[in-house]
Amino acid sequence: MPKWAMVIDLDKCTGCGACMVACKVENNVSIVSPEEAENGRVMFWMDMITTYEGELTHLKARSMPKPCFHCDDPPCTKVCPVRATYINSEGLVAQIYNRCIGCRYCMAACPFTAKVFNWSEPQWLEGDSSCFNPDVSKRMNGVVEKCTFCSHRLMKVREQADIEERPIRDEEYMPACAEICPADAINFGDIENKKSTVSKLSKSFRSSRMMDDLGVEPKVYYLAERSADE
Amino acid sequence: MSRYEGYKVEADAPLYRPIYETSRGFYITVALLLAIILWAFYCYFTQVRTGLVVTGMNQPVTWGFYIVNFVFFIGISHAGTLISAILRLSKAEWRRPITRMAEVITAIVLAIGGLHPIIDQGRPDRMLNLVESGRLQSPLLWDVTSITAYFTASTVYLYIPMIPDIARLRDQGGKLKWLYSFLSWGWIGSERQKHVLNRAISILMVMVIPIAVSVHTVISYIFSMTLQPGWHSTIFGPYFVVGAIFSGIAALLIVMIAFRKFYHLENYLREIHFQYLATLLLIMSILWSYFTFSEYLTGVFGSEPYEMQVILYKFAGPFAPYFWAMVACNFLIPATILSIRKFKTIRGILIAAISVVIGMWLERLVIVVPSLANPRLELPIGIYIPSLVEWSLFAGGVAVFVLGFMIFSKMFPLISIWEIEEGRKEGLKEVEERIHSYLPTVPARL
Repeated sequence: MPKWAMVIDLDKCTGCGACMVACKVENNVSIVSPEEAENGRVMFWMDMITTYEGELTHLKARSMPKPCFHCDDPPCTKVCPVRATYINSEGLVAQIYNRCIGCRYCMAACPFTAKVFNWSEPQWLEGDSSCFNPDVSKRMNGVVEKCTFCSHRLMKVREQADIEERPIRDEEYMPACAEICPADAINFGDIENKKSTVSKLSKSFRSSRMMDDLGVEPKVYYLAERSADE
Repeated sequence: MSRYEGYKVEADAPLYRPIYETSRGFYITVALLLAIILWAFYCYFTQVRTGLVVTGMNQPVTWGFYIVNFVFFIGISHAGTLISAILRLSKAEWRRPITRMAEVITAIVLAIGGLHPIIDQGRPDRMLNLVESGRLQSPLLWDVTSITAYFTASTVYLYIPMIPDIARLRDQGGKLKWLYSFLSWGWIGSERQKHVLNRAISILMVMVIPIAVSVHTVISYIFSMTLQPGWHSTIFGPYFVVGAIFSGIAALLIVMIAFRKFYHLENYLREIHFQYLATLLLIMSILWSYFTFSEYLTGVFGSEPYEMQVILYKFAGPFAPYFWAMVACNFLIPATILSIRKFKTIRGILIAAISVVIGMWLERLVIVVPSLANPRLELPIGIYIPSLVEWSLFAGGVAVFVLGFMIFSKMFPLISIWEIEEGRKEGLKEVEERIHSYLPTVPARL
């Protein structure tokens, strides 16, 4: 069984935000009005954490793209009262939007604040409805949602591979963010496959996982920035 | 409707009086409360229509007033059943005029508190998913289970000791005769009926104590089962139970003082009852402070960065006013008033009790919000400002409680009449015998 994982190279990441946009379009994520976004109700499945270091004249901004970490031992699925979030057979942490009661317990339990909630009736860009991705179901008011590692793409790739009776090739299944990244900072693939890019990158000395001490086993690895004097 | 006067010949006429006589002030208060409740309903309706956007909740502060009030109201509900069960079990004779009111508080507040998780839900229409596809592994399901059990047990525990009183009302022949005859289950006060009643009360009071303890333990588990700093603590179970009993006693005292004044029950609720309950309140205040001290000292001493972030947010950050107000309301004010005899008057006790209820509400706020507002990742600190809808629903909850209590007082006696009578007839003798049985026997002098 493959284990899908992501490696984000922070040395390559320019913080351009293309991953956020690609994700939003790919997954029909609701467009929140600027006022509501200001009130902390912005909806990103792929978020960008920006931290600033140093004094004003030597200010350095660090960007860190943050999807759902798809933990192997996810704290969110453990607390869900109705199994609306669960870890599926592919190892991906999935949501069942039609079952979610909107208690937001999973959001409170997630150490990475990876989930977002539909605080109001979701809204999309006005005009042509054909711009929706038909592979991703639209969500409704009052449910929790989050990054799925674009699992609808996995379904397509798997079908194709099954027809051709071959295993899924490395980098054949790529989420939208990884595909779009202009700096090639986001890598994705089967970490169990020793020959895959992610497997190699995850073993780099620069590689680490967010808050590994919690023991939730995230499947997203970060490669640290190389410092200038290296 | 002509006024019914027949009750005036009874020995305990003041206890019947509120049922048969209603002042104008009562109707005005009811109208006021109904207005608040209607407004709250309207607010909830807007929330259901437009979504939780009308609240002040956001990311990362995904829980706000509704969960705070849920924990708070369920905490208050420990007034009743638990206190009355403990007093009955320990054969404290002074319990007689108190138990009924305590049990009524439990039943009403539990119903209000139990509704809060539904108010909080984004999809209340999918409530039944909890039954259809509920996961017993989730602490939320533990809550559903134990609150349902507690509600059932405490309403039965309220109803059973009320049967002889309902029979009295039936025999009075005043209003609502059909209801009283139905509810009194053919009580005629025979020896056998008395035996069965006492047996049922004894079983229930023992059964209800572990259920009551489980309820607030399990509520604390909602928080402590997560990995979040400030929540992931092993003492949360007992800490919440102590807090619940603490706020419960305070609420009971407020209700007792209020209805004593409105219904002129000074002869039944005497100074001594308040003195005893106030001592209990003082003990719980000290116990609560001990738990709070241990909880924060271990956090500060360990100084884990994420834990410290939450603690500093409470000690010196945006939540400092609430945190220190909580310490003042739950410890400094009640401990000062209740440990100095001069201040321990009914008025002083009322001030202490109100301060404790406010303080315990602040405690729930200080537990729920700061942990959510300080996520582990370097995200901006969350801000939570409750909206008008949340305030209105809070006011609505309190209004339902007051109204529920007032309506109850118009249908059933707030003080158990038969238990008072039993105290006069049998209690006195029994206590004398009991005290004799404690003492060493005196050898016959030669």
